[in-house]
Amino acid sequence: MATEINKTVGDNVFLTTLDAAASWARANSLWPMPFATACCGIELMSTAASRHDLSRFGSEVMRFSPRQCDLMIVAGRVVMKMLPVLQRIWLQMPEPKWCISMGACACSGGVFDTYAVVQGIDRFIPVDVYVPGCPPRPEQLIRSIIDLQEKIQSGGTYNAREFKLRILPEGPQRFDEDELIRIRERNGFKLDPPTYDPVH
Amino acid sequence: MTNTTASSDVGDLQSRLSGEVPGVSLAWSTYQDQTRVVVPAADLLSVLQASKKIGFDQLTDITCVDLLEYGNATDRFEVVYLLLNIETSERLTLKTYLNEPDLTIPSATSVWFGADWLEREVYDMYGIIFAGHPNFKRLLLPQEFQSFPLRKDYPVKGRGERHNFPVITRAES
Ligand code: SF4
Repeated sequence: MATEINKTVGDNVFLTTLDAAASWARANSLWPMPFATACCGIELMSTAASRHDLSRFGSEVMRFSPRQCDLMIVAGRVVMKMLPVLQRIWLQMPEPKWCISMGACACSGGVFDTYAVVQGIDRFIPVDVYVPGCPPRPEQLIRSIIDLQEKIQSGGTYNAREFKLRILPEGPQRFDEDELIRIRERNGFKLDPPTYDPVH
Repeated sequence: MTNTTASSDVGDLQSRLSGEVPGVSLAWSTYQDQTRVVVPAADLLSVLQASKKIGFDQLTDITCVDLLEYGNATDRFEVVYLLLNIETSERLTLKTYLNEPDLTIPSATSVWFGADWLEREVYDMYGIIFAGHPNFKRLLLPQEFQSFPLRKDYPVKGRGERHNFPVITRAES
């Protein structure tokens, strides 16, 4: 039977799964939504511009409407007044969608450990790829997009049912003590707990 | 030589301002060519009006200092008005002291309308209330914010405001 078909159509037919086909298409046409709030945004612009040329990787079509995008790139620090906006924009993006957290500030608050700056957007929205650096070089952002494409191709499904299983928050839980102090204590350094800030 | 000119200018400024508001006790001082005057909070508005009358037509900035545990300061808050006479380039620093619980002073918006956002920012960060302001609410922080973060008794990492948001999981979004 198979040889019969082979004789008739030759190499013109490929067999694959629907999931793989959909993921292949999605991975190679990411539409980023630039959520650029600070200096990392400049590097994001540089990534999309002609020198680094993000379009070589099929995701240069930046759209400023979340309803036309499927990849949110959070580039910069997010303050507590901005976070509800970020969440709203994330909810406005159609499924399936992904998120890249670009730079130290978006990943962890960076050096801005103050009352107003959210200590990592992954506490409040799901994040797929983290890019370290302050700011990350365009090459790093390109690498993160290639990694995301691999992630989509390896695990994506045509109806995005892989997301339905992820019902738990993905970021760090609320902590009552400085994370760094706990890590140091685990490694044998004893530090006084911060007395000025019991609630954190 | 410069000293004498400076001091005579200052003396001139002192007499001009005191002449406009007789009976108000003004404490003058100079530091590195900057003229500063401390005004009792009760007389603030009349002194501000008088300084506009004698030529200080621009309000450069309003700010505040929290003097909690600062040196041997006796008052808690110091509200600072920075004034500029555009024609003569004279500058004047006008200060007034406030203590809890009465943190209300008159708004300067009737004198310089540019005081609008400056006063809202001072309220946002220190909780000083400017009576008579046309649109008195927080300027930078969210309206539901409870504290005044530039006060010295507010922890630099906040009181948990930055973690007080709903968490969106993958399945919900
Ligand atoms: S990580 Fe560095 S470059 Fe990026 S937003 Fe923060 S401070 Fe700016």
